[in-house]
Amino acid sequence: MHASVIVFPGSNCDRDVKVALAASIGHEPDMIWHGDTDLPKTDLIVVPGGFSYGDYLRSGAMAAHSPIMREVVSRANAGVPVLGICNGFQILTEAGLLDGVLMRNAKLKFICRDVFLRVERTDTLFTSHYTQGQVIRIPIAHHDGNFETDKETLKRLEGDGLVAFRYCDQGGDLTIESNPNGSIASIAGIYNEKRTVLGMMPHPERLVDMLQGGTDGKPMFDGLVEALAA
Amino acid sequence: MSEITPEQIAEHGLSEDEYQQVLAILGRAPNLTELGIFSVMWSEHCSYKSSKKWLKTLPTEAPWVICGPGENAGIIDIGDGHAIIFKMESHNHPSFIEPYQGAATGVGGIMRDVFTMGARPIANLNALRFGRPEHAKTKHLVSGVVAGIAGYGNCMGVPTVGGECEFHSSYDGNILVNAMTVGLAEADNIFYSAAAGIGNSVVYVGSKTGRDGIHGATMASTEFSEDSEAKRPTVQVGDPFTEKLLLEACLELMATDAIVAIQDMGAAGLTSSSFEMASKGGVGIDMDLDMVPQREENMTAYEMMLSESQERMLMVLKPGREDEARVIFEKWELDFAIVGKLTDSKHMVLRHKGEIVADLPIDPLAEASPEYDRPWVETPKAAEISIDDVAAPNDPMAVLAKLVSCPDLASKRWIWEQYDHMVMADTVQRPGGDAAVVRIHGTGKAIAATSDCSPRYCFADPFEGGKQVVAEAWRNLNAVGAKPLAITDNMNFGNPERPEIMGQFVGCVKGIGEACTALDFPVVSGNVSLYNETNGQGILPTPTIGGVGLMADVTRHAVAAFTGEGQDIVLIGDTLGHLGQSLYLREIEGREEGAPPPVNLAAERKNGDFVRELIEEGRINQCHDISGGGLGVALAEMAMAGGIGADIIVPDNAPALHAWLFGEDQARYVVVTDGAEATIDAAAKAGITANKIGVTGGLKLTVEGIGTISVTDLQNGHEGWLPEYMSSP
Repeated sequence: MHASVIVFPGSNCDRDVKVALAASIGHEPDMIWHGDTDLPKTDLIVVPGGFSYGDYLRSGAMAAHSPIMREVVSRANAGVPVLGICNGFQILTEAGLLDGVLMRNAKLKFICRDVFLRVERTDTLFTSHYTQGQVIRIPIAHHDGNFETDKETLKRLEGDGLVAFRYCDQGGDLTIESNPNGSIASIAGIYNEKRTVLGMMPHPERLVDMLQGGTDGKPMFDGLVEALAA
Repeated sequence: MSEITPEQIAEHGLSEDEYQQVLAILGRAPNLTELGIFSVMWSEHCSYKSSKKWLKTLPTEAPWVICGPGENAGIIDIGDGHAIIFKMESHNHPSFIEPYQGAATGVGGIMRDVFTMGARPIANLNALRFGRPEHAKTKHLVSGVVAGIAGYGNCMGVPTVGGECEFHSSYDGNILVNAMTVGLAEADNIFYSAAAGIGNSVVYVGSKTGRDGIHGATMASTEFSEDSEAKRPTVQVGDPFTEKLLLEACLELMATDAIVAIQDMGAAGLTSSSFEMASKGGVGIDMDLDMVPQREENMTAYEMMLSESQERMLMVLKPGREDEARVIFEKWELDFAIVGKLTDSKHMVLRHKGEIVADLPIDPLAEASPEYDRPWVETPKAAEISIDDVAAPNDPMAVLAKLVSCPDLASKRWIWEQYDHMVMADTVQRPGGDAAVVRIHGTGKAIAATSDCSPRYCFADPFEGGKQVVAEAWRNLNAVGAKPLAITDNMNFGNPERPEIMGQFVGCVKGIGEACTALDFPVVSGNVSLYNETNGQGILPTPTIGGVGLMADVTRHAVAAFTGEGQDIVLIGDTLGHLGQSLYLREIEGREEGAPPPVNLAAERKNGDFVRELIEEGRINQCHDISGGGLGVALAEMAMAGGIGADIIVPDNAPALHAWLFGEDQARYVVVTDGAEATIDAAAKAGITANKIGVTGGLKLTVEGIGTISVTDLQNGHEGWLPEYMSSP
């Protein structure tokens, strides 16, 4: 299996996701510079976290117009799976691959801590190694993770089963306290219509070995490898 | 050019004697640009003129030290071809005037110091000291400083893994923002600042030069008064995105062998970087200021030389390597300009618009900067306070709850959750423990890092306090299982022209030196911040110590949380119940009095080595050092961190209960083990006091025969104070 990680000026979780992918795949992914216009043959594209272009203007807005993003959108439209984490999620919404926007956290502060997520469905490329309704612990680290959409879009996301993860408490219940950033319907991650594109604010790549304090992120990468290794 | 007036000399912070020295060096009067250069080079901030004499006495060597003080940062060898490069630096004055940008650029500056030497920063820490919580400015300063540190460090993608935050009225008008960066380099690919190779290009990279920060170094070398607000324009503005690009571009170029020397432009910007590189290399520089990338129009030579615009570097390249370097910096969308050549003149010749605007001999300016032997008086010894002089509490458990929720001991989660402390995915122990633990990427080893200071001890007895700050850093590293290797010292004091302040400085340096020698824990880098005074009110002497240690096997580390039920709790070290200068005395009795606990360095060494070896051998995995608030607070912290209680039995030979629980005797640790006897036997063989004092378990912390409190109640107060304070109107 071949994976590609897109690197923008200001990306800073590119190495972290490279390490996590390599542990699951068995070899390193290709690191693709934002100024490139071509992608190599790839089974998975990852848009990593960070502060692309310093998050100046608006998180993800400038990166969405990088030369490589035209190719990413075209591959995504052709069915190549895309995973956007944190700033990567923001970029995918700005690039039109995913619905909604990520606004400033409700309490206006950057938040870095472990949160609990409820896995909303397991029949996807990204979540097949989790169980339905499983509560997993994954870190967040963002200033702009407050997911928002208009009512019609939310209705469609819910109706079509496009919510990937929701912030919850340890028992899996959605509470005000367990929603760290004010996201609508406690949404932490969403799919595109075909569920081949996933954007999520939490960082699964940060909990893939016990020394990091847990391994709840690893099943995502293992699941992707199992589904995509042909 | 017009003549220099006495007013201009005074405005530039030069004394009459110093100006006479300028005249003697030049053999003529300087022009304004030259005067400005002298003023920043000879500022306290850049020249260490009050502190040099004493700093030279500190131990700086050990077999594992690759480079001690004098370069951008200190370097230690951690084996396998890896080197750790680290330093702590203050940004106190700017942070008080403009907290967000002041703190942000402090973080940016210290990271540049580390990556300019070839290291990738892998951990940031910060030590913050604010005024009383009830002071009108404190909340605004906490909020701005924390956001500034977060804004810069998070964007850089370097985890902020540890630090400390305390409050005291002496910082009401002078907060302290001390930022530390730890970087990882290849031991055979380290970069220094000595310029070499006559004719080689001097290259400017990074951001353009603007008018921000002019005279920042001079500002940092004077006291504050009510009109300090007017100095806001001298605070620099940070751009962490550009610094991230600069980091990546520099490391990319450093992977080639094109660089001869490199130096970041920090305080005093282009002036200090160019003079330092030339002085260390014994060469001259001919620089054309027209080539300097400029952000604003019509900048003068004076402004360009004194600007402290951020995110800039100066380097000397090998001949013919300019194009290769230019391609890298252009890829990262950064300015790259050849601004000069090295010469054999040993002079700095600056040209601007076709004219020579400054011609200064380098060595006299850089090396002959003033060095003062400031008068000092020894701090009078404070009276010892005996246990009988301190009232015993009616309800010791209520006192414990009050202590863990006092501003200095309350959880700082509100702060560190604003810092990305996990990026780079190698954080093994997150903030909140004794020391942060960060894995060396791709290996099974790790470094531990901590920052520590006990200003109240240093104020009461600078010498014992100086010993204690080093001992505390040493203990915190041992407590996680890391072998302590070296420290960086960030000396924050008041006005050195006052003999009693200079006496505090001298006492602390002597104490630090003695402890470093006894513990084989040398000083490899540091920074001095003097004149932390407002309207004649100085801060408590605050020599912040940043310590770094090495863990050969990262899986063998200890946490400061109870992790299991029914395990034995063992107290290592002697407990006499020293209450002078304790937090108990201050927070409960309202008395900031007495002599601080004495530090027995031989016991520190013995006990620390013993505890670390237990962890290294895998015999214990829970350990906590005992510091502010004493044993009671240490036990409460372990219970709160693990959500597990304990039953504690006071030994028969203990001093009075409040002294046993809250005394701050040094050289002590709490460890948790499955069988206390083996640990106690091993300690006895090593000549170390060790006593079983209880068993873990349940959801309450109980002291047999005294009282009990639920861990949840402790947590509520401990976690609640700071968020409640910050959200209160």
